[in-house]
Amino acid sequence: MADKKQKEVVKQVLQKHQHDKALLVDVLQDIQAEIGYLPKEVLVETSKGLGVPVSRVYSVATFFKAFSLTPRGRNLINVCMGTACHVRGSVKVLEQIEKELKIKAGETTPDLKYTLETVNCVGSCALGPMVIVGEDYHGEMTPEKVVSVLANYK
Amino acid sequence: MAKLKSFGDLETLKKSITGKRDPKKSVIAICNGTGCQAYGCKSVTAAFQDEVKKQNLADKVDVMPIGCPGFCERGTLVMVRPQGIFYQRVRPKDVPEVVAAIGKNSVVDRLLFTDRQTGAKVTHESDVPFYKKQRRLIIGNNGLIDSTSIDDYLAIGGYNALAKALKMKPEQIIDEVKKSGLRGRGGAGFPTGSKWETTRNAHDEVKYIIANADEGDPGAFMDRALVEGNPHSVLEGMIIGAYAIGSHQGYMYIRNEYPLAVKNMRTAIQMAEEYGLLGKNILGTGFDFTLKIQRGGGAFICGESTALMASLEGKVGEPRAKYVHTSEQGLWGKPTNLNNVETWANVPIIINNGAAWYSQIGTKGSKGTKIFSLVGNITNTGLVEVPMGTTLKEIVFDIGGGIPKGRKFKAVQTGGPSGGVIPESMLDMPVDYDELTKAGSMMGSGGMIVMDDKTCMVDMARYYTEFLEGESCGKCLPCREGLRHMKAILTGITEGRGKKEDIALLEEICATLGDAALCQLGASAPNPVISTIRHFRAEYEAHINEHKCPAGVCKIGAAAVK
Repeated sequence: MADKKQKEVVKQVLQKHQHDKALLVDVLQDIQAEIGYLPKEVLVETSKGLGVPVSRVYSVATFFKAFSLTPRGRNLINVCMGTACHVRGSVKVLEQIEKELKIKAGETTPDLKYTLETVNCVGSCALGPMVIVGEDYHGEMTPEKVVSVLANYK
Repeated sequence: MAKLKSFGDLETLKKSITGKRDPKKSVIAICNGTGCQAYGCKSVTAAFQDEVKKQNLADKVDVMPIGCPGFCERGTLVMVRPQGIFYQRVRPKDVPEVVAAIGKNSVVDRLLFTDRQTGAKVTHESDVPFYKKQRRLIIGNNGLIDSTSIDDYLAIGGYNALAKALKMKPEQIIDEVKKSGLRGRGGAGFPTGSKWETTRNAHDEVKYIIANADEGDPGAFMDRALVEGNPHSVLEGMIIGAYAIGSHQGYMYIRNEYPLAVKNMRTAIQMAEEYGLLGKNILGTGFDFTLKIQRGGGAFICGESTALMASLEGKVGEPRAKYVHTSEQGLWGKPTNLNNVETWANVPIIINNGAAWYSQIGTKGSKGTKIFSLVGNITNTGLVEVPMGTTLKEIVFDIGGGIPKGRKFKAVQTGGPSGGVIPESMLDMPVDYDELTKAGSMMGSGGMIVMDDKTCMVDMARYYTEFLEGESCGKCLPCREGLRHMKAILTGITEGRGKKEDIALLEEICATLGDAALCQLGASAPNPVISTIRHFRAEYEAHINEHKCPAGVCKIGAAAVK
């Protein structure tokens, strides 16, 4: 059973989107923005609310990169792996973060402080390699610089 | 604000907007695009707002956040108008000096752009070498308006094309777009006018139009810049298209990785609705059109038309075979016209200036201008808009300023991950749809990734193949399995485990994939591999035969050499 707060979030998001089945991707995005991830119970609630099979909700939630079925850290780190960042050395930056946080891309630290993800281009190619933490864009990252940037996020 | 009920109302509103503006007042325009946000443009903008008040210049100077003018390398960009002064790399601490200089009618020398070749300081925007060779029909307006203000757009002649188009017959509009020679800017380069005509003639009452803003190519960000910086130009193109096609419902599919683009487009739609430029009975003509935004979920494949439409229907973004074109049966099984953001933004220009004028720009088979995003190992990273037919050399060296750090040019990748590389020997090639295809690459959405001599071409082929393997939806076997095997072979070569027969095997898989894949993602996926083998075979051979990476990128272990 989804807890009350989660149920309430699902209800509000569905209302906002007028229970439109076509907006499933948008609905899941809004729910994830509120709860931080998509627990199983929420997928079931969404399926009931929209009148689409759970299998459909699950397939959409696992197909798109934007969704996570497991809890995510307070700080979402996105390392840009777009081509421009790649030729400027983003792989080394990612490896440094993985070493520092002792997690791989796609994982969350056990203390739920950080989640590490990669993204394919955020369109700030002039400043590559880019690392985005939450809503902050950090450009011209190097393995050395990125450590001090991360230290600013608690 | 009252809704505009007629063409006359629009004229009156425009006059009142321009009448209120003081032409003597200076404007400080500050780039607020995503690129400049990484430089901290928000604090620069806030500093200007404070400083103008502090120096009591509020009645003489306006502060205007603008969209991306393209020269991302030198951000935060600040332009002072009408003087036309161009400042670059502006930081909050520079602000008091810039504002004081405006008051004194002088210029802050140290913030001006320095011409590398002559060493001279360049004061005016129009004299900066990066801009000089460009023809900025579309992206140029980004620098003139605050993208969150519809009045700014109206003041520079916005929605004139819509008023003109609504007085024309739909067939006339389609005819004009056909005559202009406009081709799709998203990749395939299909003639836009013919596409519109097919959807218009399809037998169904309900028709949809879609703007594809799911700009998935890594290293391409021209659509982001347009949606963020001049959303009304895209809207205007769409409303004209909807009227020509006979559609009353449109969708804009925006990539979720572009939060600012989503926000600015939401604002633009809301403002257009308030003025009655969207919604019921547009400008009293009886034409209805509404537009909805949908965000993508971070899947590259959703740039493909049928996958995008599946995603719009709330399903997994998997493509389908196109025995029946989407222009006849697309979204919800209805005739659907899908165009890229940049294509839509071209429409108002064509209607305003006429097809005869537009078709003078460009080459025989490719008309108009194209925005390219010039990235990678290049001195001037940014967005470049040039007439079709401009040579690669002009783009990379004259506008892009060549390769930094004294290194040598090696190749340029066009067309995104499924495009191909073009070597130095072909730099004199005029860039248009047909020439790029002939060279084994493609236009794609217009990404240009420049690579210097420290780039390993086998590693690049591996990188693109890995990217595409990750983004393959997995529906058809050739793409799902073919890319997996190609990646394994390429990884082997870059790690020193390459075998003599690998190149031939890669070529064989590539040929099968090209023939048998369900959609264009798979069918074009071999391009980076085929083109690197074609132009840089020696590099593959060095990895395989000598266990050496000539560019020094691949970590070929000592164990592999033994």
